[in-house]
Amino acid sequence: MGNLRSVAKAIEHVAGPGDRVLVTDQPQRILSADRVVFPGQGAARDCMAAISEHHLNRAVLDAAHSKPFFGICMGMQVLLGHSDENGGTDLLGLFPGNVTRFPEGQVVNGQRLKIPQMGWNRVSQCNPHPLWEGVGQGSRFYFVHSYYVQPEDPGLVAATTDYGVEFPSVLARDNLFATQFHPEKSAEAGLCLLRNFLDWDI
Amino acid sequence: MLAKRIIPCLDVDNGRVVKGVKFVDIRDAGDPVEVARRYNQEGADEITFLDITASSDDRETIVHVVERVAGEVFIPLTVGGGIRRAEDVRRMLNAGADKVGINTAAVFNPEFVKEAADRFGSQCIVVAIDAKRVSAADEPPRWEIFTHGGRKPTGLDAIEWARRMQSYGAGEILLTSMDRDGTKIGFDLQLTRTICDSVSIPVIASGGVGNLQHLVDGVVEGGADAVLAASIFHFAEYTVGEAKRYMQERGVEVRL
Repeated sequence: MGNLRSVAKAIEHVAGPGDRVLVTDQPQRILSADRVVFPGQGAARDCMAAISEHHLNRAVLDAAHSKPFFGICMGMQVLLGHSDENGGTDLLGLFPGNVTRFPEGQVVNGQRLKIPQMGWNRVSQCNPHPLWEGVGQGSRFYFVHSYYVQPEDPGLVAATTDYGVEFPSVLARDNLFATQFHPEKSAEAGLCLLRNFLDWDI
Repeated sequence: MLAKRIIPCLDVDNGRVVKGVKFVDIRDAGDPVEVARRYNQEGADEITFLDITASSDDRETIVHVVERVAGEVFIPLTVGGGIRRAEDVRRMLNAGADKVGINTAAVFNPEFVKEAADRFGSQCIVVAIDAKRVSAADEPPRWEIFTHGGRKPTGLDAIEWARRMQSYGAGEILLTSMDRDGTKIGFDLQLTRTICDSVSIPVIASGGVGNLQHLVDGVVEGGADAVLAASIFHFAEYTVGEAKRYMQERGVEVRL
């Protein structure tokens, strides 16, 4: 799908001559990869259905524990425990917590906030992190989403963004970094983040 | 907070940009890839391609254009023109488009919008609405949907149509005033405001931009989430960067 291809193209764009970028739905390839980017696709239920259909649960969780791992958008949301989307969907459960829809009808400075949030918003970094190298504090990234993550452990939150509610826009722990925004569509700031990910030694 | 988006639009005919693009430092102003790259450098928030290729035999060319642009310009890309079947949507997304614009096909086959949103997700479905004022000057304003470049009325009320497209799964609305398109006298702000207040999805204002104040008016008075313009950027009257700085100076939040 479009998203997968865009992610692969952006990574190829910043990859070194020795890097090979592979789009796969094979558990074995995920387990043997040096690094894993996990974009996720579609709504929560479809995404979870596709993960179990291809028997990827274990491979994804294994990668999220053991090697540089970058979750993007739905690929971040499914790491939590439960989503309110599609009338309630159980997720992979790596991080206890819920995925919630933006409240309807928020008005900020006289402007009604639309759902989905679609466009460029500021990302406030909470702590230094190797992936922020060269990315200015408060840089704008491209978002398209109606739901946002609420992990129970506040220590996971690596950046926040204000859309009427202040929500976690990046989660990070050990070898894992996951963004609600799309680095592959966020121009120079996004490419910088992906380049840093390829250089990330843990 | 979320920035208002500035979206340059390129008309592409058989793989070439039409309407003269005047950039001094561009070798081939008809090459969509070069023009897209330039807009990206200037800070465009997205780029929209409108495929105006007349013959369906030549439609494949836009797919190659999108593939080439997506390989080196990493901002959202929207493609409109000739999107009539799920297969057209799939082809564009696979080529690297992030969204497709559905216009005429939505009017003649509204279920197509539903089908496309179900299959590919609302986030990639933009419904393009061409509206024209049909009320007399002394009546309350009323706008109708027109097709064929504003020549054929459909009898559909613009507000009801926008709401219906939202309920069918459109993720965004590209609203063009057919009264203002090409006039350079500014957006139909009353239309923009009315549609923005009638739906909860983002609205892109289009049609009539002649100067930078028009862009400010579109978001401040019209309430639009994004503004789309073609000619003021094509003819290098203004760069995207100039437009953004102008808007920021007038209190509009933009990505700089």
